[in-house]
Amino acid sequence: MADRIGLPINPSEITPESVYLRRRTLLKGLALMPSLLAGCSDAVEPPAEAAAGDELPGTKLIFTRNSTFSSREVQTSSKDATHYNNYYEFGTDKADPAQNSSGFKPKPWSVEIAGKAGITGTFTLEDILKGHALEERIYRLRCVEAWSMVIPWVGIPLAAVLKRFQPASSARHVSFTTVARREQMPGLGYPVLDWPYREGLRIDEAMHPLTLLAVGIYGRELPAQNGAPLRLVVPWKYGYKSIKSIVRIEFVEQQPETSWNQSAPDEYGYYSNVNPAVSHPRWSQGSERRIAGDGFSLFGNRLQTLPFNGYADQVASLYAGMDLVRNH
Amino acid sequence: MARSFDRIAATKPVVFLLALVPMGWLAWKVSQNALGPDPVAQLEHNTGIWALRFLLATLAITPARKLTGWNALIRFRRMLGLFAFFYASVHLAVYLIVDLGGFWSQILVEIAKKPFVTVGFLAWLLMIPLAITSTRGMMRRLGRNWQRLHRLVYASGLLAALHFLWQVKYGETIAAIEPVFYAGTFAALMLARIPHRLIKRRTGTPAGSAPANTTRSQ
Repeated sequence: MADRIGLPINPSEITPESVYLRRRTLLKGLALMPSLLAGCSDAVEPPAEAAAGDELPGTKLIFTRNSTFSSREVQTSSKDATHYNNYYEFGTDKADPAQNSSGFKPKPWSVEIAGKAGITGTFTLEDILKGHALEERIYRLRCVEAWSMVIPWVGIPLAAVLKRFQPASSARHVSFTTVARREQMPGLGYPVLDWPYREGLRIDEAMHPLTLLAVGIYGRELPAQNGAPLRLVVPWKYGYKSIKSIVRIEFVEQQPETSWNQSAPDEYGYYSNVNPAVSHPRWSQGSERRIAGDGFSLFGNRLQTLPFNGYADQVASLYAGMDLVRNH
Repeated sequence: MARSFDRIAATKPVVFLLALVPMGWLAWKVSQNALGPDPVAQLEHNTGIWALRFLLATLAITPARKLTGWNALIRFRRMLGLFAFFYASVHLAVYLIVDLGGFWSQILVEIAKKPFVTVGFLAWLLMIPLAITSTRGMMRRLGRNWQRLHRLVYASGLLAALHFLWQVKYGETIAAIEPVFYAGTFAALMLARIPHRLIKRRTGTPAGSAPANTTRSQ
């Protein structure tokens, strides 16, 4: 039987050390970021509730909106966000995931926690979520293919979950693995990437308050095509860093292998921070086509891409002194 | 004689209208908001693919004539070539105006620094002199040079096939099928020309002087 996590204090009450130590910087960053302070004044209230996800099949979730961490930009419709995305285990076309994922079974689900941590073992999804309050955050999602969306996710800060497993001080990175079920995921039949899909974050990136462990989208449980039942959302990095359907989390000392980086290291760096100054051989990253809103328009969809996808005030300090072109 | 001439002349408007069907279909899709979440990407892809198809159809005329002996096919070649140029121009216009509109500084960077954009742009550029000199008057004026100039279509076809092929992501076997198919078709159409040339060279006939003259004089 898996270890139970029994801790005297509510895990959500624990402030990650890195956040605690940088609390002044964070507050300053927030103060300088009016768009993030949506909840502080009626005048800048978010335009609407998160776009209704009524046509989504998942169960409705109970959560509170985290206005501080939510964008006020026009949201992507739930239809577009759930029917146009990349999840190569279901096929390489952006319509494939929605089409080919109906046989995927996200329940029951368990996650293996391994590596340099005080508590390791296999835990059910319920165990992992227990004691955490769900919150909604509306994040910009920037795909490396130069399109972007604005999506309301429901989840918990990854830091709050990771802390419960007592990562050792030697744990410098966190490695994540996606499930690989050949019979439920037809894309696995093609050697597009070295399956299973793996991603990684430096420990301070993983512990950053913006990094979300999501279980829902548009107020409902994640559909299979969006990474059910558990995925990362790292809004300042290109979309492929936000690994889906996580079955394994390992605390490691060395920078872990990650799938896209392995396949084409020049094109996909380990960090993969959204950076308009670092061009991809096929997609110049200076701007992006925003897929959002219900109104159909051929024109005016292009936006300037911002460093760290517009989250520079919160995350740029993680990379102080680093050459972000070399460490792309 | 006169009867067969009439038949081809009557077929031309039909082919012309058929060649406009993809454009009409796209316009209808746009009006119905039926191009999916990223309509601009769809427009780019579809206009590009039709440009390539018409370009390959143009290049297929000569081998098809040889194969079938139906020489009248040549009379559709100019129209097909001009439609290739038309769809390529719409493709480029969608990319520059609809997609990158307003981001003018990025346009130059894209064309100069993204190899797949560079070759695509060159493929279109090479078609301009061909379109301009496609009139009967220009053919007459240029004489033998017309034929020489219009060999640029081979370079344009090669670059267009490359433009498509270059966009495939690493390891994407399924996404590669289509561009590989078109590149293969281009290669096959080129190969179909080689024996013809070699035979001509052996018999001492100047390469490719006959077809245009016989077929263009009506």
